[in-house]
Amino acid sequence: MPLRIIKADLIESELIKAIGSITFEPDPDILPTLLRCQKEETSELAKDVLNCLVENVHCAKEDSIPLCQDTGTLVVFIQLGSNVHIEGASLNKIVNMALEKAYEKYYLRASQVIDPLYKRINTANNTPAIIHLRLTEGDQIRILIGQKGGGAENMSRLKMFPPSASEDDIVAYVLETVQLAGSKACPPLVVGIGIGGNFESCALLAKEALFQPLQHPNPHPEYNMLEQRILKVINESGIGPQGMGGHTTALAVHILTAPCHIASLPVAVNLQCHAHRHTEITI
Amino acid sequence: MRIISLQLPLTENSIANLSQGDKLLISGEVLTARDAAHQKMIQILDEGKSLPFDLTSTTLFYCGPSPKPLGKICGAIGPTTSYRMDVWTPQLLELGLKVMIGKGERSIEVVDAIRKHKAMYLVAVGGAAAYLARHIVSCETFLWPEMGTEAIHKLIFCNFPVYVAIV
Repeated sequence: MPLRIIKADLIESELIKAIGSITFEPDPDILPTLLRCQKEETSELAKDVLNCLVENVHCAKEDSIPLCQDTGTLVVFIQLGSNVHIEGASLNKIVNMALEKAYEKYYLRASQVIDPLYKRINTANNTPAIIHLRLTEGDQIRILIGQKGGGAENMSRLKMFPPSASEDDIVAYVLETVQLAGSKACPPLVVGIGIGGNFESCALLAKEALFQPLQHPNPHPEYNMLEQRILKVINESGIGPQGMGGHTTALAVHILTAPCHIASLPVAVNLQCHAHRHTEITI
Repeated sequence: MRIISLQLPLTENSIANLSQGDKLLISGEVLTARDAAHQKMIQILDEGKSLPFDLTSTTLFYCGPSPKPLGKICGAIGPTTSYRMDVWTPQLLELGLKVMIGKGERSIEVVDAIRKHKAMYLVAVGGAAAYLARHIVSCETFLWPEMGTEAIHKLIFCNFPVYVAIV
């Protein structure tokens, strides 16, 4: 099969468009899910907060104002077909150029610092993005794009369990993560869980789990049941929207798994706030 | 749920009449400050200098706005997570700060200091920054513009919705 040539400019312009769309519109399932939760909530305070979140989705779209002032770290998962040749620039450069241009075009917040510890100086254009590249077959590029805010990210955790850990242990750990986060992670949450792999790949699984459509059921029956069980216990925790009490602490739980070492059972929990901003493009 | 409209700055008397869970629609001037601005304020105070504004009449909003688009009053404006400011808050309360707006739980030390100084902690809805921006009538950079979003911005609220969390 001959190589398919894709120009850097095309990828850049598609990325800029995608960043614009998620700045002003969350996952398409967010609004109907918030409306359903608002109807089911019994607490007046929780209903009031959910009403505010529903209004926010409308306001962001109507006013072209970002859903959240924290326009996040740009996270991209790139699946690059082995028959693709990109002409004009490296993928790394293309993503960061797109981000820099989108930052100007959509008035995104500059939220990145050059050095984590000693020189916390703002990069002033929201670069760099966090880029994960995976090689696949075929002649297409598929890019998953998300804006990840700092509040929920700060409350995420990872634990290397021994293989003797049970399903109950994992449920308890996820619940504990959500409880420790309290209202700091901006509930209602979307909970991404990675199970398996190793220390670093488990965290990536948890992150990538957040890039699925909000109401996407897990194709594996056992993990689908586990997602439902975890969602139920989280919503019985009483934290509620913005920690105001109520039944709406999480909107969805997504699990991704991978094979792992005979000695290990890694579990990572990546929390996402209700400003659930992600999309995907295929070129 | 009580809904009360109030004009800033709030006095000790008006704070005394409020209870946890009240919804307030507040109007008037607030100053934004998040991590970097707090560090700078504390550095100034630790050098024995005074702050370039009156802390006792300031309503402090933990917020880093997104940039103001051309022709608009402001960008997206909403609260950031308050616990990161806990380490500096008792010192500011000691100096007369009365009202803070943010999101999320505070440390025991901060809760105690709020009660001791008859101050108040309000929460705004996180991640609702386009909705909250509709309740802003003015947004200007006030101090330290080189800090970008982390600068101190002066905002004028009009019926900005918050809930009483600690009083």
